[in-house]
Amino acid sequence: MGKKVLLIEDEPNIIEAISFILKRDGWIVATHADGTTAIAAVERHAPNVVVLDVMLPGRSGYDVLQDLRSVDATRSLPVLMLTARGQTKDREMAERLGASRFMTKPFSNKEVLACIQELVQA
Amino acid sequence: MQPFNILIAVCLAYVMALFLIAFVADRQAKRGQLGWLRSPLVYTLSLSIYCTAWTFYGAVGYAARSGLEFVTIYLGPTLVMVGWWWILRKLVRIGRSQRITSIADLISSRYGKSNLLGVIVTLMAVIGTTPYIALQLQSVTLSFAVFAQETSSSGWGASDLNATALWVAAGLALFTVLFGTRNLDSNERHYGVVTAIAAEAVMKLFALIAVGVFVVWGVAGGAGDILTRIDASPIAGWDIKPGRWVSLTLLSAVAFLTLPRMFQVMVVENVDERHLATASWAFPLYLFLMSLFVVPIAVVGLDLLPAGSNPDLFVLTVPLSQGRDGLAIFSFLGGFSSATSMVIIAAIALSTMVSNHIVMPIWLSVSQQGATVSGDVRQVVLMARRISIALVLALGYAYFRLSGGGTALAAIGLISFVGVAQFLPALLGGIFWRGATKVGAAAGLLTGFVLWAFTLFLPSFGSSFILPASVLADGLFGINWLRPQGLFGVSGMDPLVHAIFWSLALNTIAFCVGSLASFPKPQERLQGAQFVNVFDHNPNSQGWFSGAAEAEDLLVMAQRILGPKQAQDLFAQAAERQGKAGFLPDTSPEFLQQLERELAGSVGAATGHAMIGQIVGGASVSVDDLMAVADETAQMMEYSSQLEEKSAELGRTARQLREVNEQLTDLSVQKDAFLSQISHELRTPMTSIRAFSEILRDGGMSGDEREKYATIIHDETLRLTRLLDNLLDLSVLENGQVELDLQPVELADVIERSVMRAGIEDGLNIQRDLLREKVTVFTDPDRLSQVFINLIANARKYCAAQAPELRIEVRVQGGSVEVDFKDNGAGIPIKSQAVIFEKFSRLGDHRAAGGAGLGLAISREIMNNLGGSITYLPGQSGAAFRVSLPIDATEVVRVNQS
Amino acid sequence: MNERRAPLFLERESYRQRRAIDAARLLPLVGFVALCLPILWGNGETDAGADGARMTSVGVIYLFGVWIVLIGAALVLSRRLRRIDAEQGTPD
Repeated sequence: MGKKVLLIEDEPNIIEAISFILKRDGWIVATHADGTTAIAAVERHAPNVVVLDVMLPGRSGYDVLQDLRSVDATRSLPVLMLTARGQTKDREMAERLGASRFMTKPFSNKEVLACIQELVQA
Repeated sequence: MQPFNILIAVCLAYVMALFLIAFVADRQAKRGQLGWLRSPLVYTLSLSIYCTAWTFYGAVGYAARSGLEFVTIYLGPTLVMVGWWWILRKLVRIGRSQRITSIADLISSRYGKSNLLGVIVTLMAVIGTTPYIALQLQSVTLSFAVFAQETSSSGWGASDLNATALWVAAGLALFTVLFGTRNLDSNERHYGVVTAIAAEAVMKLFALIAVGVFVVWGVAGGAGDILTRIDASPIAGWDIKPGRWVSLTLLSAVAFLTLPRMFQVMVVENVDERHLATASWAFPLYLFLMSLFVVPIAVVGLDLLPAGSNPDLFVLTVPLSQGRDGLAIFSFLGGFSSATSMVIIAAIALSTMVSNHIVMPIWLSVSQQGATVSGDVRQVVLMARRISIALVLALGYAYFRLSGGGTALAAIGLISFVGVAQFLPALLGGIFWRGATKVGAAAGLLTGFVLWAFTLFLPSFGSSFILPASVLADGLFGINWLRPQGLFGVSGMDPLVHAIFWSLALNTIAFCVGSLASFPKPQERLQGAQFVNVFDHNPNSQGWFSGAAEAEDLLVMAQRILGPKQAQDLFAQAAERQGKAGFLPDTSPEFLQQLERELAGSVGAATGHAMIGQIVGGASVSVDDLMAVADETAQMMEYSSQLEEKSAELGRTARQLREVNEQLTDLSVQKDAFLSQISHELRTPMTSIRAFSEILRDGGMSGDEREKYATIIHDETLRLTRLLDNLLDLSVLENGQVELDLQPVELADVIERSVMRAGIEDGLNIQRDLLREKVTVFTDPDRLSQVFINLIANARKYCAAQAPELRIEVRVQGGSVEVDFKDNGAGIPIKSQAVIFEKFSRLGDHRAAGGAGLGLAISREIMNNLGGSITYLPGQSGAAFRVSLPIDATEVVRVNQS
Repeated sequence: MNERRAPLFLERESYRQRRAIDAARLLPLVGFVALCLPILWGNGETDAGADGARMTSVGVIYLFGVWIVLIGAALVLSRRLRRIDAEQGTPD
């Protein structure tokens, strides 16, 4: 049984790309494109790992991450953060808030896949 | 009994009566029963010391020699008295409020309590008054001699005359010491002496009137006969010398103010300012009566007595020649009174000056321990006074012996007048001109004094005494211009008028120039203000800071100067005023000031100041210090205000810097945000491109999929290109480097083209009013179209209504056109309205729009460049934008681009 | 009405007082001129014995006349001024 990934991202083409890569590797991929309802989506889908974009409509990825980490159920849920703003302070922010991994767009497909696999195995 | 012996007896009785009067008056004053002692009558009569033996005997002699000229000596004082509101009122007020003890004290006090001036004035007064005292001694001895020659055959030799003078001087000294230095009163008032003087005034007036009445009605046949006799006499013709007439009138007026003894009775002994009002007419009346019979006596004397008789003694010799011994004795007593009263007051005035301005300062500086030593300073002061009195009389006697008693009485009197008249500029300048300074006063006094001595005083001794005859004839150093009686080539002038003119003129000039050229010390300015404005405010010179000055020390000192009882009373009163009855008063500045005044009343302003200064010492601050502190404070305030100004300036600069810094920070934040945005906008399509190109490279997918992904990559590259185009466009627009292609164009055409290009095929209903769009504008149609397209595209993208609709309304408003784009969607939330024109400001989910959020920012820049604007219209049903542009953009654009 | 009249009265009074002060200041000047007037009389030196000559007897009458007038004026003024001084202290 494949592991489940929840992809929270608002850029359609990027959703398409990541979904393709993960499905090809045998993952079950759920997607969500809105920041405000992201927590509910996590609860609903109960994924093994979450891929979270920072720039989301409505609510930023950081806020979502903060909420995830404040609840016991999702405190240790692996979260891979993706951002298009590749600045140091964004990485620091993500680490402080408890992101499991942090990657800058554009990314290598292999790296993303390897990263997600790692997160689930760990 | 021989008349001479009777004379001696009467004389002694009179003197004893005087002593008694003085004694009783003093006793009464001590008991506080002042009563008639402080009546205006006594004050007026005390002023009569102006009429000395010179008046009593000399006036008749003067009239016998020069006719009516003698009267000028009385007219001057009359004018001063009737004009009391001018000067005397002020002098008396100042004298009372500042507790002035003498004219030297007044001048010293006025010019910053300067002891130097006190010394100068004192010395001048002594030198000027000594001949005058000699004159009195001479008159008394001469009158004695008259009786002696008349009645005894034994004859009077010169030695007898000298002996008489000595006795008289000694007697006067005794009287003055007894009644003039009984107490060291802070008011410096001598009730006993003044009362005795008043009695003497009555005596001399009655004596002269008695002789006059005898002459007019006893010898001549009444007033009419006297006038006839005058016309028949050698002085029938009135040989008036205009220069002398005016000068002498003015000189006597001045001397009346400046004679130390006049100052003593007029100002110092004044107990009530209102007495001055009475004296203003009563004293002229006294002078009038004293002068009334002078001419008749002179005329009758010239008529009756053998030629060569001394006219100065007509007052005595006329009654004697008529066998009226009683009248003659009465007359003698009048003359005696005149002489003694003058000497007594002059001695008191001079001794006060000498002790306060010369002896006490010397004693204070010599005595190591200063004012705090044990021992009675009061005794020192009194002793100084007594010695001074003796000294003054001794000087008078010495002058009498030296001068040989040969000079006509009037001459000595006038010389003395001119001498003391030198005080006038310093005195009047001091009370009327705040700009008068110590330097000016000293310069004027010394100049006047030197000129007086050179032109009048020294020549009066006759040639070969002090001034050699050669100097008198040929001038100093043989320079003709420096002849004592023809100074600066002025010749043909009466020597007296010459001396008055030069001494007072140069004195005044030196005084004025010195004052103008020098800068007064703070204390001088303070005192000057107090003197000049004595009527304006209560005198409250700031003298002392309260400090560690011990009340005990002050009391010890005050007791020694004021006497134990008076000092203790003073302290008790002060304590009571401070609400500390029964204890010593606090040494408050007010109290110290009052105490200084009291002391000044006894020892003079300068000495009083110095004595308090010694005790209060370091704990106190003199006016000098106070003013210095004030100056310093002023400087510090100025400095601090400068600092304040500078700090305000610094504050402003800091604020500016802060603003600039904020702007820079803002810019930096904006730049960061912009870069971050750019990064995001670039990375997003890049991510898709990279991801899908990797997927494609991996291969193993269907043709459909491959085509789909390739399309995505293609679209994303277009998006990237568009983004870069927009960024470049924005950059160009923002820098104003855009090249506009201005041309006349119909607005309808531009809108038409825009609608076509915006691609609204998917059903946005556009409503236009073509008629209104027929406006020709002069603008860049392509750029304007770009704005319109953006707005139409936005409406297409964001209008969420079921039947999207966009109304385009055109309106000409003055010199500009407004084009409104209103859709029927939800509009833009108020909080977002402010940011929609910012770069990368995308609202909601915009991915569908495929833009980078630069459209409105670019539109705004375009409109700026076209001289117009684009604004969001709030409060409409949907989103509404208004584009406003000038009908002719030429002007605006030119301005913008230059 | 009373309130209004009182200051009016004072106004007039203080006006009179001020003129009294003026008179007191003027008096010595007038006196000086009057007393120096004989200088301008016809000169007796040049033509001795002439009728226009200055005579001592005339001078006596004139000078003492002026003198007594001055005294009288000073007496009148001093009464007034003494009251002013007592009332207001500083009229100037």
